[in-house]
Amino acid sequence: MSELLKNTVRFILFILVQVFILFKMPPLHRFITPYLYYLYVLWLPFSLSRTALTFVGFFFGLCLDYFTKTPGLHAAACTLIAYVRPFVIGLLISQEGADKNYIAPSIVSMGWAPYATYVLVLTVLHHAYLVLLEWMNFGNFMYFLGKVIASTAVSLMLVLLTEMLFFRKQKFRTNTI
Amino acid sequence: MRNVFLFIRRHFNFLFFLVLQIVALSFLFRFNKFHQAAFLNVSTEITGRINERYNNVEYYFQLKKTNESLVQENLRLRQMLKENYESPDSNHRLIHDTIRGDTGRSFLKYKIMEAKVVSNTTSLPDNYLTIHRGFDQGVRSNMGVTGPQGIVGSVVNVSRNFATVQSMLHYQFRVVAKLKNNNETGTVQWDGLSPQYVTMKNIPKSIKVEAGDTVLTTQISSLFPANLMIGTVSEIVPDNSSNFYILKIRTATNFSTLEYVYVIDNLQYDEQRRLEDSTRKKIQ
Repeated sequence: MSELLKNTVRFILFILVQVFILFKMPPLHRFITPYLYYLYVLWLPFSLSRTALTFVGFFFGLCLDYFTKTPGLHAAACTLIAYVRPFVIGLLISQEGADKNYIAPSIVSMGWAPYATYVLVLTVLHHAYLVLLEWMNFGNFMYFLGKVIASTAVSLMLVLLTEMLFFRKQKFRTNTI
Repeated sequence: MRNVFLFIRRHFNFLFFLVLQIVALSFLFRFNKFHQAAFLNVSTEITGRINERYNNVEYYFQLKKTNESLVQENLRLRQMLKENYESPDSNHRLIHDTIRGDTGRSFLKYKIMEAKVVSNTTSLPDNYLTIHRGFDQGVRSNMGVTGPQGIVGSVVNVSRNFATVQSMLHYQFRVVAKLKNNNETGTVQWDGLSPQYVTMKNIPKSIKVEAGDTVLTTQISSLFPANLMIGTVSEIVPDNSSNFYILKIRTATNFSTLEYVYVIDNLQYDEQRRLEDSTRKKIQ
């Protein structure tokens, strides 16, 4: 399957899973909203230019927003993580030229620890910005702090599950092409 | 001028990011204030269709609960039939004069339309429902929406075949309500804590309130007819800083199992609002 097709299918699947499964779950606690959809932005290939990455993040978030009737909320958060992503990858990538030899960020291409840090940093960033925008409408500081921490914990668990269930085998590509 | 272009070219990524952020935030704040956003009509139509597909499947799993709640509602309505009310003395027989209602349609104040719920959330801080009845089928903004057990919310946005309903579980939703026992009115709104409870404010401490008291809508609210069920008082919290209680109310509607709702069209509202507006202008 070509990368474009693969990412288009992922685009649709992530939105459907978020809207029809995760948002439909009976609420456990007011601090916990299970988010997984932003993993799509984290899985986008290295080869995308930064402009394209930011735009894809914006468009992806906006599509989800029209389902939840909050136009702009998830779009703003996704744009932020898509913009910050290249910086975080630049800091964390351990092997020289891994972003040329592999297609997308994963455990295989980046290694366990850097990939975990990468997911953690972007998850916290995404949730903090999202809850900050919600917090401006209502709630207090405890709400903000509690929701960021609790939602991040749940999201990380979901990401771990997804990574284990759908293990992405990545072939090493030499850069002679 | 050349420097400006050079600056834009050098920081293109950052500027592009800023532009997208501003677009996203302006969408968000516009929507929070006026419930309008770019492409919302088109998107409501599209997401509505996808939601409908999903609901067609999910609906079967809820059939039993839906049926139960409709039977309960039928029971309540049958209990209200005029044949059920008859005093033993024939001199004082209670007769409901329905002629006015039948011939003079102008007396009809509320028109009720049924609608199927195709999408519904309860876990977010701002919850909306999508119903499969839109502009072409007579739904307009600012109509009340009630379920089989109690009130649900109000219509905020309409596309051709679908409508978006702001649920009672939304931080902006307000409705005037009264206690059944003593007709004391207050405002009901959601505090965002649990989808089963809403709060009622402005009930003075001099009023006797007990847990289990019924809370109903009043005719003051332009959205709903009087005496629709909202919920029952479950906890009474005295607000130490003021002379009022904060009542915690268990909603009559179970929002997570909602399948059918009724949209209420207040046919006399336009006239009422025109009068109120002109009065306001006269006084100024």
